Formats: sequence, structure tokens, C-alpha cells
Amino acid sequence: MSTDLMLLALADGVSYAALLFMVSLGLTLIFGVMGIVNVAHGALYAFGGYTASYLTLLVASHEPSTFTLLACLVGAALLVGVVLGTVLETGLLRRVQLRDPVQQLLMTFAAFMVLEDVQRLIWGTQPYSAPDIIGRLGTVNFFNVTYTVYQLIVIPLVAVLSYAGLLLFLHFTSLGQQVVAVTHHREMATALGIHAKRIGWLTFVLGACLGALGGAMAAPTTSMVPGAGADMIVLSFAVVATAGMGQISGALLAALLIGLARSLAVYLAPEWEVAVPYLIMVMVLLIRPHGLFSVAQARRI
Amino acid sequence: MIRGLAWLGFLICFVLGLLFPWSKTPLIMALCYGMASLGVAIMMRAGQVSFGHALYAAIGAYSVAFTARSFPGLDGILLLVIGVIGSMLAGGVVGLFVVRYRGIFFGMLNLALSMVVFSMLGKLYNLTGGTDGLRINRPTFFNQTLERDAFETSLLLLSLLFAALLVWGVQRYFKSAAGEALAAIKSNETRLEYLGLSARRILWNAYLLSAALVGLSGAMFGLVQGLVTPDIGAWFRSGEYVFISILGGSGHAFGAFLGAGVFEAVKLFAAAYMTGVWQLILGVTLIIVILVAPDGIVGLLQKRRSSVGGQP
Amino acid sequence: MTPLLETKGLQLSFGGVVAADNIDFALQRGERLAVIGQNGAGKTTFINICTGFLKPTAGRVFFDGHDVTDKLPRQIVRLGLGRSFQLPQLFLDHSVRQCLEIAAVGRSGQLPFFKSLSDAVDQHEINDTLHLVGLSARADEPTLALPEGQRKLLDIAMALMLQPKLLIMDEPTSGVASEDKMALMDTVMQALKEREVTSWFVEHDIDIVNRYATRVAAWIAGKVAADGSPAEVLALPQIQREILGHP
Repeated sequence: MSTDLMLLALADGVSYAALLFMVSLGLTLIFGVMGIVNVAHGALYAFGGYTASYLTLLVASHEPSTFTLLACLVGAALLVGVVLGTVLETGLLRRVQLRDPVQQLLMTFAAFMVLEDVQRLIWGTQPYSAPDIIGRLGTVNFFNVTYTVYQLIVIPLVAVLSYAGLLLFLHFTSLGQQVVAVTHHREMATALGIHAKRIGWLTFVLGACLGALGGAMAAPTTSMVPGAGADMIVLSFAVVATAGMGQISGALLAALLIGLARSLAVYLAPEWEVAVPYLIMVMVLLIRPHGLFSVAQARRI
Repeated sequence: MIRGLAWLGFLICFVLGLLFPWSKTPLIMALCYGMASLGVAIMMRAGQVSFGHALYAAIGAYSVAFTARSFPGLDGILLLVIGVIGSMLAGGVVGLFVVRYRGIFFGMLNLALSMVVFSMLGKLYNLTGGTDGLRINRPTFFNQTLERDAFETSLLLLSLLFAALLVWGVQRYFKSAAGEALAAIKSNETRLEYLGLSARRILWNAYLLSAALVGLSGAMFGLVQGLVTPDIGAWFRSGEYVFISILGGSGHAFGAFLGAGVFEAVKLFAAAYMTGVWQLILGVTLIIVILVAPDGIVGLLQKRRSSVGGQP
Repeated sequence: MTPLLETKGLQLSFGGVVAADNIDFALQRGERLAVIGQNGAGKTTFINICTGFLKPTAGRVFFDGHDVTDKLPRQIVRLGLGRSFQLPQLFLDHSVRQCLEIAAVGRSGQLPFFKSLSDAVDQHEINDTLHLVGLSARADEPTLALPEGQRKLLDIAMALMLQPKLLIMDEPTSGVASEDKMALMDTVMQALKEREVTSWFVEHDIDIVNRYATRVAAWIAGKVAADGSPAEVLALPQIQREILGHP
């Protein structure tokens, strides 16, 4: 395989991994703090993408600046994350907070089913596509390879900023510390006066915004169609399970691993492209059942 | 009481199928869903929720398709047997690894395996027909060549027979020493270990049985549709099996079929009267069930039973 | 005579804490051993190693002459060992009777797929055991309904169903109301005497130790600090100071 092709694959991989990471970040955050496997995360991704495309198309006739276009994307993500996140957390998940994890998971599965149809009711089945921003930002050349600025630089930049922002939030702000406290021991945190319910809401919405952001950032690169959410959710599971549930930094590495492996497969062994993430997941789980970066557990008897 | 309900339910299915020929296919599909969900329910008895059991439906269905293409003229019954054997072999091998996992990791590993196979089925066009799938020509049954209508009636009868046998057999399994030990794994595996029992062995046996059931449902599904596509092994399908087990309730083997019945009925009526919202309605149904009746329909029936003062 | 249970040079550390420090120990058939020591001294860890739940970093464990160091708990149980736990380990979705039925099935090693659980076991034996521990009246209630003392009794009864040669009881009377402690131990020790079962129990209550034990072993910081008759061990100044809390 020529160097050019290799570099192209690398660029593909990094861009793809960045998107995957943003979505997985939200998923693993929610699991880490609330212990819930959020199947509806796929819907957050899809809604983020559709809303972003929709907003972009809305402002298209007003000759928007590049900044406006970007703002549409981020704004869409925030809108979807806060609104849908709140509806899910307060309306549904809070009611099954004390139930066993399977019921909580099924609740998110049911919510996903509902949202898939709602999405189709709102936006129909024809593809939504709003690639303007990619053209605006142009391309970049390196070593004989040409790649779009948006995919190679903007998306990974947003991903890294989200990651850094989240870590800073969790470790250096009072609110973030409270989130960490609730993660480790909900009852104890409540006894110390932390408003666990509010923290739960905040965490979920934060995770939801990240998921929606993944969708919003992905929107210009593809056409939004029904089923986009379903594909993305399984892939993010692969990343999160490979990294270890709740491992934020681990998710970054796992996303890179899976993203790069997948894009290499596209060039080297295209039939295996779709299976590669899951093959990695299987191999990791067989060797380290709790994920690559998980922590040991305490004794029970 | 639930056993009586089961017999009644199956009888009604039979009568409906005879009266309304168009209803045979949906009825058979519902029964297939019921069998598969019962398979998932068996593992759930031990607290192990699999999100990848549709893998065995795919193996069962594609085994039938491959065999039918390589050996045309094989009897339908034989094809079904081959489908079940295929999925049991796979289940036996996978089971060896998978029974070491608990909780969400069990679910995840099953999901991952099913996604690998699902992806391959979609991509290996030359072998599997890719996303277009493979056709299965209508086979003979007990060496009788059948027209479409008679074929469907035979499949319906066969499905009803299997369903009835499974409800009876699996319910006995649940109440047997093996079945109660399986349930004990959910609450205290350490204790079982200290009573000299191997949780892994018990789980492996259960996994084998569950793979066989899901494989059977896949094989039947392939026969009734005359076509197998990778979707039969999709993760969403696995989720539907879990959905149906919870909806019907795990308290009795018939629960899975009750759940499947409601599931297919909603799908049918939504498709007929309100296009494009069957997922929404089913989703809302599941939400309501989880909130209000987490033990499913069977749970509701059993509760009413005991409040009225009968015997379970 | 071959000891029923024997350990040679057993060693295990958790991080910086030495839980088992080069322990040589032998338990003979017929003994009634009481193990005393402060919390964290390594009493339960020792049980966990001897019963196969934990693996030592060094040393061997022998049960009834067999080297069981690398064996799993269920394999050691098959050789004739029964155990009850500090926190009663019961089956939460089953009834009292069903717990004993599952124990009986465990002893037989046969798990029929078709015969119902109640038909697969000897109900007479189950009823006898229920009667022995005073749980006959609550036999068909769910285990969740039992108070702590009866949960302990059920835990011990399940181990008894295995007809073990050695019964290990980890704090059998902790969590039990004071007035019921003696009654519980009377019942259990009487049953063990009738069945000629060697017993080993961890206890904090010295009255119980005095009343039932033929031998006392005291654990301090992962080591056996003292080992002998109750009178001897309990009189030692070190034991008085560090375990009994006398100044």
C-alpha cells in the first residue's frame, strides 16, 4: 500500500475516530455516573444531526458566514441535548432509578424505538444533507494528500476540546467534583448534601449534548437518513465496552484504535470493514472482560 | 391456570389461521418470535440478559438456506433439524466462553459476536447474497409437495405443536432441579459454588437450550418467508426478543408467547391503520409495562390469581 | 492420624497488608475449634484460602489427605466440607425449603432437567433439618421474609444438608439477638455432635467459645498467635490484651 493511501487512511481514521469519540464520550459518561446503558443515545446522535442539517438549511438563504454555520451545528447539539436529554432523564429514567439495570436499559431501548418513529414523523424519510460548511473551509494538503479542513481539523479539534473541557469540568469545578462524588457513591454524596437528582440531570444532559454534538458535527459529511442512529449506537457500544464502561480517557484511545482499524480495513480488506470494530470488541472482551482500562473491584464476602 | 390459557391461546391461533388464510404468516411469525424470546428468557432466569441472541436465529436460518441450496429436495423437517443443530453447535462453542461473563458484559459479548456475524453476512455477497439475502425454495414436508396455502397451514400446525411442546417442556425445566439452580445463580452464585454445584456448567446447559430455541425460530422464519436476510441477526432483533420476554413476563414459559402475540398484533394493526408508528406504539407499550407491570402480562395474571385466592 | 484439615506455610498479602503470614495449622477429626481475633486479623481470609475461594501466594492446603490448594470451592465441598458465612448467603428468589432442596441436590451432584426440584430430593430429610433449626413453620416463606437470626440458621442448615465431615461457621451468632445466641449454638452443636461433624467456628463472644470449644486458635495480624485449650489460650496476657480488650 502506497504512502499516499496510508496517509489517506490515517486521515480517514482520525476524523472518524473523533466523531466516534464524541458520541462514546457521552455514553460512557452517563454509564459512569448513573450506571445506565443509554440505548437512546443513538437517537440523540440522529436528532443532533437532523436538527443541525435543518438549521443549516434554514439559514442558507441568508448568506450565512462560516461562523454562523458552525454556530448552527453547536447550537443544534445544545438544543437537542438539553431538551431531549431532560425529557429522557426527568420523564423516564428518574422513574426507574432504583430498579435493576436491565429494566433501566430496556427503558432506554423503548425510548429509542419511540424516538426513531418521532424522527421519521418530523423529518420524513428523504435524506437531509447540508454540506456547505465543508466547502467553505476548503482543503489542506500534506505530503501529496488532500483532505478537507472540516474533517481533518475541525472535527478532531471539537472532539479534543470536548474531552479537555469535560476533564477540566470534572476535576476543577465544584459542580464537576460533585458529579465525581455521585459517581463513586450516590448515597454518601446525598448524605453530604449534594443534590443527587440535579447532578443526575446535569450529567445526563451533558452526555446527551455530547451525543448530539457527534451527530451535528457528522451531519455535513453525510446525508441524514433513518437508521443513522441505530448504526452509531452499536459502534459507540463497541468503543465504550472496549475501553471499559465509564472510562473517559480510555474511550479516546479505544475510539482511535477502532477508527484507525476500520479505515485501514476499508483500504486493505473492504469486506471486513464493518466487522472490524466488533472483532476488536470481541478480542478485548475475551482477554480483559471489563475493558482495556477498567479498574479492579472490591471483595464481596 | 396459565397452562389452560396457553392451550386456549394456541387453539385460537389454529382456528384463526383456518378462518383467515392471510393470518397464517403473521401467526407463524408471532410463534417464531415467541420461541426466540423464550430462549432469551431462559438465560434471563439466571439474570443473564443477552443482546446478541439473534445470532442464533441467523445461524439457524442461514444453515437452512445453505443446506437447501446445496441439497435441493431435502425435506422441510430435515432442514429444520439441520437449522437447530447448526445453532446448537454454535451455541455450544460460544457458550464455553460466554458463561464466564456476568451482567452487562455477558450482554455485550453476545452483542459483539452477533454484530461480527451480522456484518459478515451483509458483506460476503458471493457466499451469503449480502443484504439481498438468500432464497429458500419451498421444500416438501414429510415427502409431500405442497402448494403455498397447504404449506403455510402445515407450518402453522408445526409451529403450534412446537410452541405447545416448548411451553410444557420449558416450564417443567424451570421447575426442575436444573431450572431452580439456574434461577439461584441470579441471586447467589457463591452459595451455589459452596453447595458443590458449577454455575458455569448450569449456564452452559441453559445457553445450549436457548441457542436451540432461537435457532429453531430462525429456521422456521426462513421457511415461512422463503428468504433469509442479515436482518434476522441484527442487534435490534435481539433487543426485540428481550422486549417480548419482559412484556410477556418471565414467570411462566407461556409469557414469551403472550408477549409475542401482543407484539405482532400491535405491529399488524399499526401497519394497517397508522402507518409508520408501530415502533412508537410498541415503545410506549414497553415503557408502560416497565413502569406499571414489570413482571409482564404473566405477572399481572399471577397477581390477580393470588389475590382472588387460587393456586398458582 | 491424618489431620482433617492441614495447611503448610500459607502466605497471602493484599497490597501492603499481610493477611496470612506463613501459617502452619492442623485440625483433627472430632475437634471443636473456635477461632478468635480482631476484625481484619485474617480469620475469614484463612477460611477463604482453605475453602478454595482465594489462592495463596505460597503454601499448601490439605483436606482429608488431599492437596486442595488449587481446587475450586465446589470441588472441596465435594470432598466433605461445608461452610456458612458471616453475612448469610441465601437464595433471595426462593423459599426456605427450596434453599435446602438446592443444597440436597448439590450434595447428590445430579441436576435433573425434568423432574421437579421437590421430587428430586428426600423431603423427609429436608423436614428433619427444618425441624432441627426450628424453621418448619416458615418453610414455604421466601427467604427475604426471615429475620437475621433465622437467616443465619438457614445458612448453617444449608451447609448441614451437605452432610459434611467439617463444618466451618464464620461468626454464627453475630447479628443474632443476645437471648437467642445460646439457643442457636446449642441446636447447631448438638446436631453436629449427633452427626459426628468436626466443627470450626469464628466467634467474638467468649462465653460461646468457653461453652462449646475444645480448642481455641487466636489470630493476630495474619498469624496464629496462640493455639491450645480454651483455658490456656484465654488466660494468656497477650490474648487478654489484644483480643479480649482487657487492659
